[in-house]
Amino acid sequence: MAKHHVMTIINGNATEFLCETRQTMLDVLRDELHMTGTKEGCGSGDCGACSVTVDGRLVCSCLMLGVEAGGKTIRTIEGMAEGGKLHVLQRKFLEHAALQCGICTPGFLVAARSLLEVNPDPTDEEVRYWLAGNLCRCTGYQKIVEAVQDAAREMRGA
Amino acid sequence: MLTRTRNPDGIADQEMKVIGTRPVRPDGVPKVTGQAQYGADYSAPGMLWGKILRSPYAHARIRSIDTSKARALPGVKAVITGSDFKEQPFEYVGPERVAVNYWHMTRNVMAREKALYEGHAVAAVAAISPSVAEAALRLIAVDYEVLPHVIDVDEAMRDDAPLLFDNMLTRGVEPPPAKPSNVSKRIEFKIGDVMAGFAAADEVVEMNFKTAPVHQGYIEPHACLANFDAEGHGELWSASQGHFVVRAYTAKLLGMDIGNLLVHPAEIGGGFGGKTVVYVEPVAAFLSRMTGHPVKIMMSREDVFRATGPTSGASMTVKIGVRKDGKITAATGLFKFQAGAFPGSPVMNACMCAFAPYGIDNVNTVGYDVVSNRPKSAAYRAPGSPISAFGVESVLDVLAAKIGMDPLQLRLKNAARAGTPTAYGPKHAHDGYAETVQALLKHPGYSVPLKKNQGRGVASGYWFNGGGESAAAVRINDDGTVEVATGSMDIGGSRASMAMMAAETLGVSYDRVRSIVADTASVGYNHVTGGSRVTFATGIAVVNACNKVIDDLRCRAAQIWDVELSGVVWQDGAAHPVSAAIGDFAPLPLKAIAAKRAVTGGPIGAEAAVNAGGMAPGFATQFCDVEVDPETGAVKILRFVAAQDVGRAIHPSYVEGQIQGGVVQGIGWALNEEYIYDKAGRLSNAGFLDYRMPVASDVPNIDVVLVEVPNPNHPFGVKGAGEVNIVPPMAAIANAIWQATGRRMTELPMSPPKLLAALDAPHGI
Repeated sequence: MAKHHVMTIINGNATEFLCETRQTMLDVLRDELHMTGTKEGCGSGDCGACSVTVDGRLVCSCLMLGVEAGGKTIRTIEGMAEGGKLHVLQRKFLEHAALQCGICTPGFLVAARSLLEVNPDPTDEEVRYWLAGNLCRCTGYQKIVEAVQDAAREMRGA
Repeated sequence: MLTRTRNPDGIADQEMKVIGTRPVRPDGVPKVTGQAQYGADYSAPGMLWGKILRSPYAHARIRSIDTSKARALPGVKAVITGSDFKEQPFEYVGPERVAVNYWHMTRNVMAREKALYEGHAVAAVAAISPSVAEAALRLIAVDYEVLPHVIDVDEAMRDDAPLLFDNMLTRGVEPPPAKPSNVSKRIEFKIGDVMAGFAAADEVVEMNFKTAPVHQGYIEPHACLANFDAEGHGELWSASQGHFVVRAYTAKLLGMDIGNLLVHPAEIGGGFGGKTVVYVEPVAAFLSRMTGHPVKIMMSREDVFRATGPTSGASMTVKIGVRKDGKITAATGLFKFQAGAFPGSPVMNACMCAFAPYGIDNVNTVGYDVVSNRPKSAAYRAPGSPISAFGVESVLDVLAAKIGMDPLQLRLKNAARAGTPTAYGPKHAHDGYAETVQALLKHPGYSVPLKKNQGRGVASGYWFNGGGESAAAVRINDDGTVEVATGSMDIGGSRASMAMMAAETLGVSYDRVRSIVADTASVGYNHVTGGSRVTFATGIAVVNACNKVIDDLRCRAAQIWDVELSGVVWQDGAAHPVSAAIGDFAPLPLKAIAAKRAVTGGPIGAEAAVNAGGMAPGFATQFCDVEVDPETGAVKILRFVAAQDVGRAIHPSYVEGQIQGGVVQGIGWALNEEYIYDKAGRLSNAGFLDYRMPVASDVPNIDVVLVEVPNPNHPFGVKGAGEVNIVPPMAAIANAIWQATGRRMTELPMSPPKLLAALDAPHGI
């Protein structure tokens, strides 16, 4: 069967790709566009490792088909640092040792950025509930929550 | 809270510039930007996709496999089955506690005579795309004769149980049994006279427990890329806990020389013990060797649940006697462990660790390693110890209540010290346990009053910690920067701790040191990142290599100054004359010597290799406060305080992270995680939605109390920190539930339906 031609914007760049009907956005990012920063932990929307934003909304890219990206604006972990400068969240994750193996980290960063866009001053409980769709098996979550709160403080200029 | 207990005469009092600080890890930036490459992130030109066909049955004889239709599908380049792999001798190789049997290993990688669990690999294909590979799998016709199966360990031990192997005679029984069974091995440890010990007790309690198998739950499914050339030389990019071990296993199963296989360490997305074995690597390597193309294999999450790990589930009986003053007089434990489809559960560890925190004169532990139709168990964080501790620490809690003693005081009264005998032979060589109990007795949270439906529980744990083989290379560049290469996979910050130990030893700043994990051809053999061994054993190799480099730098300074080597000392990152009598020389910093590299003898660098002994065990003591919802049976963790003796925290943030992570895994083990099988022996919850691991909103902050009683056998006092933290949580939570509800939970997980049933029972359980 013929592949679909899809035109989209990824991290600010006009991007086109061919994909099979069955390929998820995660498959497209990783296998067609070689953007492997977005990770596959489950392929069923349960772990959040493949988190991206689509038109500003946080989604699991494994639950979206590649063809659905047409005309949309997608942001992935690869677009988070700008001009070689880490995003505050990325820097705070490093300073707080909020990652051990790091496989879940891109998903947590994308999800945390979405949180702070809608709620720049969350409580710890709000951080924990917002990030409840992202699984981390290494850290026990505490240092992730601390890093997000520290980043939020800096972004608020507090 | 972070409090430290320091040995006043210990190593920990030396003045440190780098050790104990919290710098950013060397591999950090690639991991927050998506640049770091994990197992599934490697691709190669001309790459094929490998896919594995798995058994839909828990137990079935494979009469035949017809692969002809799959082979004929356009785009399919190779199809293999178990019999394509060479046969392996049936023998147990290596020390008993971690013995390997390649006859079993090759059959676990791909079934031959029988499929022994649902999800057991039976064939594999390599094709030009994932969809062609999947279509090919559907064209493979396997003729199965479905056999009766057995899942539960107690049922597997019955005389009438279906047998997985009709020639399995229990090892460790004299005389050997005449009849085959599912019991692979019996093991026993004994000290003193338990009959006399129990007779001397004022209170004796005996209880039965069951624990569910739980998966390591690493977020990265197993994945690798293999690339072989026409001469049979291969390269492998693999996410594992030990690329040298992956190389050894893969070469063995493929019947090739180790030297012809180069393994690159992909970043590893979590392991917890579950990536110390091979599943997809030999298959990808075989398919690549057959086709002459690179082959990539990725497991799905469902594959991970059905075919890898978990740790054993168990059935056990624990009996302990105490005097009124709290002295434990005798203890026995009977531990029956599910090994999964092939022998090798961690039951021996369970027998050894069960009573190890305590000085008990009379102990007897017996363990059974039992096969059943589940995936073969794999190591999981302090393998075996958390299971036996659930029983032992629960019984101690009952006894503490019976004699009216605080449960921490009961443990302190019996605490093992250096010199205390163990049931398994050697005497304890290190302190550290009592210090963890004392740290909690002093913790302000321990005396906070509780409210209705709330309870507080205490438990302790022991883990050996590992040493063993490691190698490290240290090189000095001509601008004075330092490179440290080890062969130890970095799962949680070890590149940082290696760089810190090198910086401290050489006397340079941390940001001048670059630390990497090298491939199997570029540094000496390193055993797996497991057993909490890396900061200890690989750390010694790094420090030894740095000391060799320092000797070389002193030689070069002596050459530059034209003095005897004995006249040069190394201090604060520079060569100094040992005294004014040697001459009036300004100190020569590392950078200045490095700049004269070429004229003082050429490249500066050294490799050091160790088979490190002298490791010191990990002890942990924890308490938690819970609140039980009487309407739903749900348990909320209100407070969790975890004290652990780590010897010395090189990078305290990553040590705290190990403890917080281990405790949260323990909370999942205690409250949620289990495998649910249907009547046909098929796993019903092979996904993260139904195999419910803790998420951020499920758990509180974990209050870590780092106890530092240094290990004199490590240059900086390291003991190892990764594992013992998962030993106490299950019992601590059960003990807290008992205090909150009066109900003694003896089966894991203590999930809402089970707790609700216990609450509804007329007199409790």
